[in-house]
Amino acid sequence: MYNNKLIGSLYVTPFVIGFLLFTAFPFVASFILSLTDARLQDQLGAAQFTGLANYTGMVSDSTFQKSLGVTFAYVFITVPLKLAFALFIAVVLNFKLRGIGLFRTAFYLPSILGGSVAIAVVWRFVFAGDGLINQGLGSLGIGGVNWLGEPTTAMFSIVLLRLWQFGSAMVVFLAGLKAIPEDLYEAADLDGASRMKQFWMITLPLLTPVLFFNFIMQIVQAFQEFNGPYIITAGGPLKSSYLLPLMIYEEAFKYFNLGYSSALSWVLFIIIAIFTAVAFWSQKHWVFYAQDRGDDKGGH
Amino acid sequence: MVTNSVKLSDVKKSFNGHEVIKGVSLEVQKGEMVVFVGPSGCGKSTLLRLIAGLDTPTSGQIDIAGKDVTYAHPSKRGVAMVFQSYALYPHMTVADNIAFALKIQGLPKAEIDAKVRDVAEVLQLTHLLKRRPKALSGGQRQRVAIGRAIVREPDVFLFDEPLSNLDASLRGQMRVEIARLHTKLNATSVYVTHDQVEAMTLADKIVVLNAGRIEQIGAPMELYRKPANLFVAGFIGSPRMNILSTKVRSVSGEAVTLDTPQGVLAIPRTGAQAATGAATSLGIRPENLHVVAAGEEGHLSGYVILIERLGGETFAYVTLKGFDGEPIILKLDGEAPVHNHQEVRLTIDLNRAHLFDEAGLAVGVSPDFASETDGSGHVQ
Repeated sequence: MYNNKLIGSLYVTPFVIGFLLFTAFPFVASFILSLTDARLQDQLGAAQFTGLANYTGMVSDSTFQKSLGVTFAYVFITVPLKLAFALFIAVVLNFKLRGIGLFRTAFYLPSILGGSVAIAVVWRFVFAGDGLINQGLGSLGIGGVNWLGEPTTAMFSIVLLRLWQFGSAMVVFLAGLKAIPEDLYEAADLDGASRMKQFWMITLPLLTPVLFFNFIMQIVQAFQEFNGPYIITAGGPLKSSYLLPLMIYEEAFKYFNLGYSSALSWVLFIIIAIFTAVAFWSQKHWVFYAQDRGDDKGGH
Repeated sequence: MVTNSVKLSDVKKSFNGHEVIKGVSLEVQKGEMVVFVGPSGCGKSTLLRLIAGLDTPTSGQIDIAGKDVTYAHPSKRGVAMVFQSYALYPHMTVADNIAFALKIQGLPKAEIDAKVRDVAEVLQLTHLLKRRPKALSGGQRQRVAIGRAIVREPDVFLFDEPLSNLDASLRGQMRVEIARLHTKLNATSVYVTHDQVEAMTLADKIVVLNAGRIEQIGAPMELYRKPANLFVAGFIGSPRMNILSTKVRSVSGEAVTLDTPQGVLAIPRTGAQAATGAATSLGIRPENLHVVAAGEEGHLSGYVILIERLGGETFAYVTLKGFDGEPIILKLDGEAPVHNHQEVRLTIDLNRAHLFDEAGLAVGVSPDFASETDGSGHVQ
């Protein structure tokens, strides 16, 4: 018994060390730093305790307000679009067709590469002034658009990068779709429900647990988006794609305001926590959790 | 005037080149309860799905109420189906489940409510209308599934092993309920089961299927008395019919005389044709064997190897002297004075014995059952 405990503890030690070092410690440290005027180039000992000054300072910081607005816009645009797109592709890939496995793989691949720096770099070239899209438009005789130079289109390009990474949400939707028993659709067929009605009356309600999961994941991820604005648009032009994570990064490592940057991190954390909490609270109104459908006696 | 409700004409179905339905023709009359019975994999559920339109036949024709529906959409056939899994929509209440088809049809709400209430009353579901399927017992879910079918007032009800997910006592109860409902609604029904007790008790007409073919069609007792072949003989009746391997010694107008390891047995038989020396299977139902008192002569003798006392009746397993194969089963009175290892002499109700030729087909008719008319069934 004692030995088992010891061995078990040894097995979990790497995780515990990693957790303490890279999660728990920064978590606590950033909160403490957020209450100081710590600067990256100074000794930590030189930092003064400033109370909530960093937080109250945000109220009058127009850059923060701009960034916050852009971040909300980004989240509110990308999350529903991405969920809808991922669900649509999942429904299509759920058709029983020859070679469908191949298509599933092909559609899943972008998500493996999708969020990486390499793809973001590719994206920059695609949307650049003399990039792939403008060249394509040019060959059709259409004048190019300054994708990354205009506030609306710059946002559009990073939104598109996010949609491009629909794979993981799609795979979860696909698993959810597969879990819906075929005979429910057969019963609906006999009852004369069209495919569209079956989707709205059977598929979607039974998919709500998966939809809820994907919704939370997407909200959390969207609020933390960094690669797109950092690599493709650098937050510009005119801070039109200056998402909060990019601001946190620049405050810390460009302007060396470690204290203020930490405070911003905590604000982002609280925003995400509120959204998640509201989502969890709301689920009793729209998420349907019972996969149990009456054949628990077995017998198949 | 079409009297048949469902008509299958040489229906065949293959999956990936593998033929599972090998040319089935049959008719279901209006108001009739027809039961498809057979071992798993015999094609009975596939046949039902073809009637429902959930699959389409590879060839052949399906008519329902006089219309060719071979390729019609399931909802355009006038059929309702009760699924083995019940297929209740888990996110809807009992009322919504029952109302689903009517809502799809776009009936006015008041009419839907009235119909749902009526059906719920018939099935004693009124107090459960607001519940979700999860909160129901197996039997209640079963009734909801039936209610969902009834509310549509279809031409034909299709049941796909509806009782197989219930425990034994509930199964018996639901069987009675379905029989009562069938009498009440006088609806045409096609019922699939692997359970020959369900088939015997529910059916107006049984269709015995085996490996994608019809072995025999007939009224329950007709199949019991006059099985057309060894398969039907073995499948209908519980415990199974005992089958003994023998050889034909001689055939006369009234009897077939058999050579057995225990001597000669003359089986009364009308219309029998068999070649001398041909291998023949003698079929005897467990209730047609009797233990004779000590000292008296019997037809067969052997040793009791196992006794199962069920209370009202006793099953005795007896190994016959000189015979190969499985021990035979006797169905005796609950208080029958038999015990293990006992040597027993047995008599056979020879007028109720069955004979099958080498191909497994019935030879002649048992005298006790000869007077029965052929009824609606016909031997394929």
